[in-house]
Amino acid sequence: MMRLPPFARLAPRTLAEAVEMLADQGPGAAVVAGGTDLYPNMKRRQVEHHALVDLRAVEGMRGIREEPGGGISIGATTRLSHLAGSSAVPRALAHAASVIASPQIRNMGTVGGNLCLDTRCSWYNEPEDWRTAVGFCLKAAGDVCRVAPAKSHCWAVASSDLPPVAIALGASVRAVGPGGERTFPVADLYRDDGIDHLALLPGEIVAELLVPPVDGLRVTYRKIRRRGSIDFPELGVAASVRLAPEGICEAATIVLGSVASAPVRCREAEDLLAGRPLTPEVIEEAAAAAAHPAKPQDNTDLSHVYRKWVIPIHVSRALQSLS
Amino acid sequence: MSRRLLVLRVNGLAREAAVDEHHTLLEVLREDLHLTGTKHGCELGECGACTVLVDGEPWLACLTLAVDVEGCEITTVEGLAAPGRPDPLQSAFAELGAAQCGYCSPGMLVSARALLDANPSPTRDEVRHALAGNLCRCTGYEAILDAVLLAADRDGSARAAAHVAGGGDRGDR
Amino acid sequence: MTVDPSRTDDLAVVGTRRPKIDAMARLTGEARYADDLSMPGMLVGRQLRSIHAHARIRSVDTSRAEALPGVVAVITGRDVPIAYGVLPVSQDENALAVDRVRYVGEPVAAVAAVDEETAEQALRLVSVDYEPLPAVLSIEDALDPSGVLIHGEGQGANVHKAVALEFGDVDAGFAAADLVREDVFSFAGNTHAPLEQPATLAALGGDGRLTVWSATQAPHYLHRALARVLELPSSRIRVVAPPVGGGFGAKTDILPHEVAAAKLAMVTGRPVKITLTREEVFHSHRGRHPVQMWVRTGFTSDGRITAMHFRSLLDGGAYGSFGVASTYYTGALQTTTYRIPAYRFEGLRVFTTKPPCGPKRGHGTPQPRFAVERHLDRAAEELGLDPVELRLRNAVEPFSRTVNHLRITSCGMRACIEEVVSASGYHGKKGHLPRGRGVGFAVSAYLSGAGLPIYWNDMPQSEVHIKVDRGGGVTVFSGATDIGQGSTSTLATIVAEILGLQPEDLAMVTADTDLTPVDLGSYSSRVTFMAGNAAIDAASKLARLVAEGAAQRLGVPPEELVFRGGQVAVRGDPRKSLSWAQAVRAASARGALMTSGVYWAPEMAGPYRGSGVGISPAYSYSAAVVEVATDPETGEVSVEEVWIAHDIGRAINPVLVQGQVEGSVYMAVGEALMEEQSFRRQGVHRGPSLLDYKLPTTLETPKIHTILIEEPDPEGPFGAKEAGQGPLLPVIPAVAAAVEDALGVVVHEVPITPDRLLRALRAGHRGKAPVIGPASVPSFEFGEPERVQPPVGSPAEVAVP
Repeated sequence: MMRLPPFARLAPRTLAEAVEMLADQGPGAAVVAGGTDLYPNMKRRQVEHHALVDLRAVEGMRGIREEPGGGISIGATTRLSHLAGSSAVPRALAHAASVIASPQIRNMGTVGGNLCLDTRCSWYNEPEDWRTAVGFCLKAAGDVCRVAPAKSHCWAVASSDLPPVAIALGASVRAVGPGGERTFPVADLYRDDGIDHLALLPGEIVAELLVPPVDGLRVTYRKIRRRGSIDFPELGVAASVRLAPEGICEAATIVLGSVASAPVRCREAEDLLAGRPLTPEVIEEAAAAAAHPAKPQDNTDLSHVYRKWVIPIHVSRALQSLS
Repeated sequence: MSRRLLVLRVNGLAREAAVDEHHTLLEVLREDLHLTGTKHGCELGECGACTVLVDGEPWLACLTLAVDVEGCEITTVEGLAAPGRPDPLQSAFAELGAAQCGYCSPGMLVSARALLDANPSPTRDEVRHALAGNLCRCTGYEAILDAVLLAADRDGSARAAAHVAGGGDRGDR
Repeated sequence: MTVDPSRTDDLAVVGTRRPKIDAMARLTGEARYADDLSMPGMLVGRQLRSIHAHARIRSVDTSRAEALPGVVAVITGRDVPIAYGVLPVSQDENALAVDRVRYVGEPVAAVAAVDEETAEQALRLVSVDYEPLPAVLSIEDALDPSGVLIHGEGQGANVHKAVALEFGDVDAGFAAADLVREDVFSFAGNTHAPLEQPATLAALGGDGRLTVWSATQAPHYLHRALARVLELPSSRIRVVAPPVGGGFGAKTDILPHEVAAAKLAMVTGRPVKITLTREEVFHSHRGRHPVQMWVRTGFTSDGRITAMHFRSLLDGGAYGSFGVASTYYTGALQTTTYRIPAYRFEGLRVFTTKPPCGPKRGHGTPQPRFAVERHLDRAAEELGLDPVELRLRNAVEPFSRTVNHLRITSCGMRACIEEVVSASGYHGKKGHLPRGRGVGFAVSAYLSGAGLPIYWNDMPQSEVHIKVDRGGGVTVFSGATDIGQGSTSTLATIVAEILGLQPEDLAMVTADTDLTPVDLGSYSSRVTFMAGNAAIDAASKLARLVAEGAAQRLGVPPEELVFRGGQVAVRGDPRKSLSWAQAVRAASARGALMTSGVYWAPEMAGPYRGSGVGISPAYSYSAAVVEVATDPETGEVSVEEVWIAHDIGRAINPVLVQGQVEGSVYMAVGEALMEEQSFRRQGVHRGPSLLDYKLPTTLETPKIHTILIEEPDPEGPFGAKEAGQGPLLPVIPAVAAAVEDALGVVVHEVPITPDRLLRALRAGHRGKAPVIGPASVPSFEFGEPERVQPPVGSPAEVAVP
């Protein structure tokens, strides 16, 4: 049986306490909530933590609230099944939550956990003896990337479903750390680095996801994977458009998941849509451009060539559903 | 590593165990409480064999620390049947051949139980989605889907009969 | 009294839909699978596995591991140096590698410790000094004469088995043909992935006897191998198979951890349990061989086959396992569906440095069945014939002999074809559905039990004992293992039918070498047919004993008595009867009530080497129509509906038969679309987990319409044939045919992944032929075939001029 290595578990009751505990434990400690991402990684000995700060019991971190000024606040330990079933949040966000992993994992996993999901790679998310056989990689004690050995960059993939749609919604993250709290756009949570993929400050904890009022924004999320359940996305496409009454696209956001170590904005495609109607021709043009910034590597289930090929198709379908 | 004396509520009983904090509910159920009905097929959250109910919701025992569910109501396959009276799901699974090797059944049954408790008359498609995190390698799922629908039907008829008889909503467990 | 097991009417329990007798045990958590067992003082065992695909072991240092507190024993290949293998011709595997490792994941050492954490820690303290050797990962590499030998020293081609057989005059058959077609096919390897990870608990008793509880499909073969490797007389070893959590062939071979647990129990004197992790299950493997195939067939202009030449190349992995049988199986059953008047088969299995392949559901026959069915579809196109019509024109006749000496008895193939074609509306759909949707059709046949045991012997293939106590309680003893297929229930139903009881009345003792007589195991779909016939024999003998006692009491001849509804009654006069218990008491006064039944398959082997593979006392037949929905832009395929008709002879319990059929369809869909056991160039598995290896979930599994064709087989128990494997076979080619119908892409390879399909579609857009499949197969010089005279009455005698 795959078992967890020993660690000290701390169970703070308040966020301030959690921040303090995390700081006290120093490097090598981490936060955990649902555990559905972290525990398998620890069982495979990909990561080691001498201490885990368990956020489940932290008061006020769970739940979906309507903000006084409009918009929605979603606590980081809100469970994914709760988000998936919520009618208070934008439908695309609930949909994205509803297609994460499996029913059981959605009952356990949290919004914060999905936002902070470790990047994944088919050379990394393997048991320890497998990685011993192949040789360790940059992300875990090795000195070379197994995907692109010439590079000193880690290409592990951002494989979570919520970030692309959260970015398309213009959502922000509130994080709390030893230096206080700050709120910033979801996109700024990520760095295109498979190892150091979260742009959190040392000791900082994601506390909530803030979704602005939808206010006429049309949003969608498409998840591409081999099976209708359990699997991580091989490609995620989130898109939002704001249409003027005559059908002209005033603004568009297109975000790809699972094609890099961070969600990828498709600015060229967005610019092609701006000020134009969402006709089939315009959509095709933008969809083709959407594939440009994506550089999928051969480190997920379906091949990188395939994933690159189908980006325009799924972007096109996403935009069609919004037109 | 620290060890704690833990009181878990399992199948309606308070069970005490001295537990390593990093031990999962799966390990504690099977190895400390000797409730081996809950199975395991991967221990990484990929197969659903270890599904148990935590406060009525399907969770994966392999990714749940036992210390995290202290105070919760835990239901395993051993807790589905009342003495001498199987859960309607168990009867339906038996009748329709929804358990072949039976290794996925404990997890499948509790997932199905949670579904029927929340949604007493699901559609076939709702059953498919509710059980999409429980892998079965034997049946091709058809008999399982049929059995859940049959149990739902019987639950419904039992409720209706009880209602007509003035017994109100008695539930079947 | 008389018992006529071929009778088809007036059955009380056979043929009725009923729960398995062990269903509730498996549904309540009561059933104790191997890993659920524990004993006082039990140690936990773990195995250290090779990190090299191929290497020489210079030395293994276990001293640091042995010094770790909590470690009780560490063993290496030196402690279990005797090689073994399930086939007598392939005694080439060691439980722990002795001086060489041949795949990543091959066990090198084993540890027994007080708990699993300690055992695992100890593994990190074992140091193995390896001298790496080149990995050999493909058939092409294995055949390179300048490549490294995997078994033996130096260079050479890694041929494990090469066969070449010719039945009838193939050249003449091709010369007489109006059309001769050649095609090549590829079938990827895949694995069983039973949900239960194999586990073994072994304990040495104070009397020095070793007991091994193991999740095995074949306790008898494990028993033999343990005696050999542990150098103990069989009489000192007891093998018990507890309820098994799925097999599909994965638990048929002797697996290294079974030997290691037994040896550790002997070394430590304490019970030792080893349970594999899911990753280890992928290393343990013994699954579907990757096979490349070339087939050439001659047809007359009206579609009759004049000759077939079939060549298969199997990538066997590191060890023999069942591989010799697998190789023959890729050539054996082509003739069981179609009248082939002349047939040449060339089969090759090579060693590679990957986990050993072995038997998986359909053992060696899904790959050639895929090739032959797709090949016939190609020929139908070229001949301008409907694919269904082409099959019907060549359909094998019941009670005939094939050119390769297989004896066909009952055959419901035509009925299967007619039923699925009609129920699915195939002809209204093929070529007429909107682009992206399509239908496909295929047929197949499979054995109801291999005609010969794995090792040569003239003893019965199955024995069943029945004992009756004085109160009337009936206990049935069978060596067959219930792996979830319901064999225990099936045997209970058969015995109950004959004794006029209910299956639930019987106590069943199974799969325990101390208590139960030998049954060869739950493989090759043999239990219903073979153990079922042995059960009939035992129950009939018992009924005779009881009838003699009851007859004396009732004052009638025993022949006048019938067993029905818990009564032993005079035929035609039900008022003159005894209850079962009274009858038993009367009979017990005449002596002990215990009987033995046996089953020997008839002598069927043909006059050539290898003729033992493919023979069976009966063949089941299946036909399938599959409807798919595809996405022409993304290459995604969804199997929407499957209609499958299966010629079961007689369904002893239709619930169980339907379950086997549906499970086969499900597994076939996985193999057709997503399952693949593949390896990286380092020789490591691409994804040894249930996340990366794709088992279909509820959402990928189609709606399945099962049609049972019951044309009783004259030798089957109550006419029954097999259901566990055959229905998998036609579904894979039918999925491929449906994808072709949907998109116009030629599909000669599985699995049909979105990558492969989209690549083919894009080639089509560029004006190239849209094909999924190989361009050729590796070349190998088979030499002159052994020429075998076809049997009297085979299609060779009525071959077209």
